[in-house]
Amino acid sequence: MNDLNANRLSNEPALDRLPRFDGYAKQTPYLKDPVQKRARKVCETLEDAIRRSGLKDGMTISFHHAFREGDKTINTVVELLARMGYKDLTLASSSLLSCNAPLIEHIRNGVVTRIYTSGMRGKLAEAISNGLMQNPVNIHSHGGRVKLIQDGELKIDVAFLGVSTADCFGNANGISGRSRCGSLGYAMVDAQHAGTVILLAEEIVPFPNAPASISQDQVDWVVKVDQIGDPSKISVGAARITSNPRELLIARYAAEVMIHSGYFEQGFSLQTGSGAASTAATRFLEGHMRRKGITASFALGGITGGIVDLHKKGLISRIIDTQSFDADAAESLRTSPDHIEISTNEYANPGSKGAFVDQMDLVILSALEIDLDFNVNVITGSDGVMRGASGGHCDVAAAANLSIVVAPLIRSRIPTVVRRVTTVVTPGECIGVLVTDHGIAVNPNRPDVRERLTAAGLPVMTIEELQQRAESITGEPRPIEFLDKVVGIIRYRDGSVIDVVRQVKA
Amino acid sequence: MKLRRSMLFLPGANAAMLSTAFVYKPDSIMFDLEDAVSLREKDAARLLVFHALRLPVYRGIETVVRINPLNTPFGHADLEAVVRAGVDVVRLPKTDSAEDVEVLEREVERIERACGREVGSTRLMAAIESASGVINALSIAKASPRLIGIALAGFDYVMDMQTERGDGTELFYARCAVLHAARAAKIDAFDVVWSDLNDEAGFLKEVDLIKRLGFNGKSLINPRQIELLHNAFAPTEEEVDYARRVVAAAIEGERKGLGVVSLNGKMVDAPVIDHARRVLQRAEASGTRK
Repeated sequence: MNDLNANRLSNEPALDRLPRFDGYAKQTPYLKDPVQKRARKVCETLEDAIRRSGLKDGMTISFHHAFREGDKTINTVVELLARMGYKDLTLASSSLLSCNAPLIEHIRNGVVTRIYTSGMRGKLAEAISNGLMQNPVNIHSHGGRVKLIQDGELKIDVAFLGVSTADCFGNANGISGRSRCGSLGYAMVDAQHAGTVILLAEEIVPFPNAPASISQDQVDWVVKVDQIGDPSKISVGAARITSNPRELLIARYAAEVMIHSGYFEQGFSLQTGSGAASTAATRFLEGHMRRKGITASFALGGITGGIVDLHKKGLISRIIDTQSFDADAAESLRTSPDHIEISTNEYANPGSKGAFVDQMDLVILSALEIDLDFNVNVITGSDGVMRGASGGHCDVAAAANLSIVVAPLIRSRIPTVVRRVTTVVTPGECIGVLVTDHGIAVNPNRPDVRERLTAAGLPVMTIEELQQRAESITGEPRPIEFLDKVVGIIRYRDGSVIDVVRQVKA
Repeated sequence: MKLRRSMLFLPGANAAMLSTAFVYKPDSIMFDLEDAVSLREKDAARLLVFHALRLPVYRGIETVVRINPLNTPFGHADLEAVVRAGVDVVRLPKTDSAEDVEVLEREVERIERACGREVGSTRLMAAIESASGVINALSIAKASPRLIGIALAGFDYVMDMQTERGDGTELFYARCAVLHAARAAKIDAFDVVWSDLNDEAGFLKEVDLIKRLGFNGKSLINPRQIELLHNAFAPTEEEVDYARRVVAAAIEGERKGLGVVSLNGKMVDAPVIDHARRVLQRAEASGTRK
C-alpha cells in the first residue's frame, strides 16, 4: 500500500531529504522511447558527438596511440576541432609519432596549447624542440601517465578513442573488424577516467560486442568513422628479425646475459620490447630455453610476433599485453585464451594496487644514450632534438629484477655510451646491465650479476672502458648548444620531475 | 698453433665497418684493398686501412691485408702503407708461381728495413686463383718461410677453368691440390668464400665438406657467418671428453717416459695427441657444438 502522500508522513524526519518517486523514467527518459533507448549513444557525425560531449575551450582531450605511425584518429579529430573553432586545448595522447606532424599547424593557431605525451618524433618533435610551444610538453612514462590522471594533474575532459569495432552501446575492442590494433591498454585507462568518452568506431557491430575491452558503462557517445588507423604501420621499423650482423651480435650477448643473469629459471618472466636487437634476442632465447628445458610464466609489455611465436611453441605460458606491436600479436590476442589484454594501469602505474611490472624478472630496454652512471636517455637525439619516447622504460626498469639495456656502442659516428646523457629519463640505479656490440658493462650496484656474467666468459668491461672505447673511435663530440627556454619536462613515473629538455640553438 | 677458422673480408673503403669489425671476433680480419675497392677509392681505402691497423682495438686480433697485385699502379703503395702500419699478414692475390711470392718477400723486407720494423715480422699468405696457381701450389706454399698459409679463391679460378660455381665439383681438384700443398709445406689452408648470405644451409654444407677435407678455415664475407662457422668447427662434447682423456694419457705417458701410450686399448701416438690438442683449442675458443 502506498501512502507516501498521506499527511502524517510530511513531518517524518527520516524522509526529509529523500526525493519522492516521480515516474519510472525520471532518471532515464530515453526508456520511454524504444528507439532512443537502444540507439541514444550513436551520433550521426563526429561533429555531432563533439557538440554533445560538452567540450569547451581550455579543456583536455585524450587519445591512445596503439596505431603508432598508422594512427588516423588524432589528426582527424584535432583538425575537426580546429574547424569548429576550439582553442586552448590540452592534448593528452598516450604518445605522439611522426604521423602527427599536422598538429604543428594547430599548435601555431592556438587550438592546442599544452601537451602531455610519452614521446614524439619527426617534424612535430623537431618543431617543439625548436620552441614551437609556449608551454613545455610534459613527457611521461606509460605507467606515469595513469599516475598523473589518478593524482588529478591530468584531468581528461573528453577522450576520443579509436576502436575497430563497437556496438551501439559502446562495448568495444581492437581485435575484431578491419583495422585491428590489438590491445587497447591505453584506451582502457582513458575510458575509465575521462569525463566524457567518445568512441570512434570503424564498424558498428550488433549488440552485444564481445570481448569488451572498453565497456558500455564507460562510454558516452559512439560514432562511426571511415578509418581509425592503418595497422600495417604499427610495426614500422620493428618486429622483423634483423639480418644486421651488429644487431645480431648484440642480441646474442643479450640472450647470454639473460641466461647467466641468475633469473633464468623455470617460470621466469620477461619483457623484450620491439627493437631489432631485442626481437632477435627473443629468438636466441628459444634455443637456450629448450636446452635447459624451462619455460617462462609470462611475457609482458609491448608484444611482438617473436613473443607470440614462443607462446605458440609452449615456451611462454601467458602473454600480458598492454600494446600489440604487430598483426601477429593482435591475432594472438584474439585467438589465444592465454594472451591477456591489460590496461596501462595494470601494466605499470606505480599508484595502482598491483602493476605487472612488479612481477617482472628480466627486461630488455633500448637507449639513445647511456652514461657513466647508467642513466638512460630515450628522448633526445645527438642533436638535442626530441626523437623518442619514454614509454614503459623507467616503469619496468624500476620494477624488474634485472634491467638490460641493449645499444650499439656507436651509431653512425655518434657514441651511445657518453659521460653524461643529454636527458635523463631512467635513473641509472635501475639499470643492471648494458650490452653493446663491443662488450658488456654491469652496474657496480649489481656485483652478483657481474660475477655471474664474468664466470660465464662474457666480455664484461667497465662502462668507463666502453665510453673511452667509443670516444677513441669517434673523437669527443662537440657539446650540443641549447637556449634557456624549457620545451619539455621529463616526468618520472611517480610524477616527479627528473629532467628538462631545453630549446635547441637553431 | 694459431687458430684460423674464420678470415673475415672487409672492403677497405668502408670506414664504418673498419671501425667496428673487430667486435665480431673472427680469428683473422682481412682488409681488402683489391677487388672490393673501386678504382677511384684505392687511395682512400689505403689510408683508412693504414689508420685502422694502428687502432689499439685491432691489437688483439690477427690483421691481414689483401693488397693489389704488385704489377698494378697500387700494389707497391699498398705494401708500403700496410707494412709500415704493422699489419700481421700481407695477402698476395692472383699468385701463379713461387716467383710472385719471392718478389713480394723482397719488397716486404726492403720496407721492413726502411721503416725499422723487425725483418721477418711481416708474415705472408698467397691466394691461388688460377689453373697455373693450382698446378704450382706446392712450390708457392714452400716459397717463403714467411708464409702462414695459402688460400684458394674461387671466382677467378672457376673463370680460368671455363666453368662456374656449382655444388663444389668444379673446385674438387683445386681444393685437394691446395690443401695437399699447404700440408706438405706445414702451413695453413683456407677455402673459398660462400657468397649467398641467405643460404645458410648451403653455407653449412660447404663448411662441413671443407672441414672434413682438412682445411683450417674459410674466408667469410659477412660477420653473420662467423658464429655459424665457429659452431660448425666446434667439437662435440664427446669429442672434447675423448680429447681430454687423450691429452691426460699423453701427459701420463710422458711422465713415465713412454713413447706410445694406449687409451681404452687404442694406440695414442703423436698425431692423435696433436689432433686432441686442436680439438681442445677449438673448444676453448667457441665451446662445444650447439
